[in-house]
Amino acid sequence: MPVIAVTAADWFGEVENWVFLVIAVVMVAGSFRVVTSPNVVHAVLALVAALGASAALFLLLGAEFVAWTVVLVYIGAVVVLFLFGIMITRAPLGHETALSHPLRVRAGAALVSGALFLLIGGAMLDAFSDRLIDEPAAATRTADLGKSMFERFVIPFEVVSVVLLAALIGGIVLARKDPEPGVAGEVSR
Amino acid sequence: MLINQFLLLGAAMFSLGVYGVLSRRNAVLVLLSVELMLAAVNINLVTFDIALGDALAGGQIFALFVIAIAAAEVGIGLAIVLLIYRNRHSANVDELDLMKL
Repeated sequence: MPVIAVTAADWFGEVENWVFLVIAVVMVAGSFRVVTSPNVVHAVLALVAALGASAALFLLLGAEFVAWTVVLVYIGAVVVLFLFGIMITRAPLGHETALSHPLRVRAGAALVSGALFLLIGGAMLDAFSDRLIDEPAAATRTADLGKSMFERFVIPFEVVSVVLLAALIGGIVLARKDPEPGVAGEVSR
Repeated sequence: MLINQFLLLGAAMFSLGVYGVLSRRNAVLVLLSVELMLAAVNINLVTFDIALGDALAGGQIFALFVIAIAAAEVGIGLAIVLLIYRNRHSANVDELDLMKL
């Protein structure tokens, strides 16, 4: 992380920064729609936009494997799971004002999140201002990522696989319908 | 590229997620906002990994772990919401007040 003073002219002179600005606008607008949209399905589609923008950001940083994992796992699987959840719980699909809390609660929430943003942003401006990312174009090779994952981080990797198995079994146990009390002893059909 | 531009974007996304968790009434939408917060953390992890030039790529690997845990969390969370909906015929978090005095 070289420490260099950057002027605004320098910053806007780089093409990557313009790409970053486009991605940032899409991401913030999508995130805003996720938390404010009066329509459940529109909120999920806005989440697709926000996560797609984060994948584009990872590509900009050269983290290609993480970017495509976000596309596959988040946009491919998690969003479909959310749509299933919405359909099953029969959340109101049309316009519905009751998806959010009343204005009093929302004002408090806005206050809390605004204060949090000022706190995090202030701390980061204080600690990392004028730090540059050098060589953003050098992409991380997936082979290096895999080597590191299966050598240094192999135990966390195995633990995550156990977590996923537990979540799979837990999801099935929670979501299946309980058998009728009268036929509990019978052989299930 | 400055590090701060990525960190501030992550902070903005995280704060919007916090706002969503606090302000949404439908439990599915609360889970959706939690996903936003997890994605914001991933941006920070990958940014620091690239900025520090970590030889082990630890930040990216932890981002992958976060993605895997998020998938597990969504599966369990939606199963719980489904169970609540079956028992209470509502998925609104402010109607789950059994433990309230």
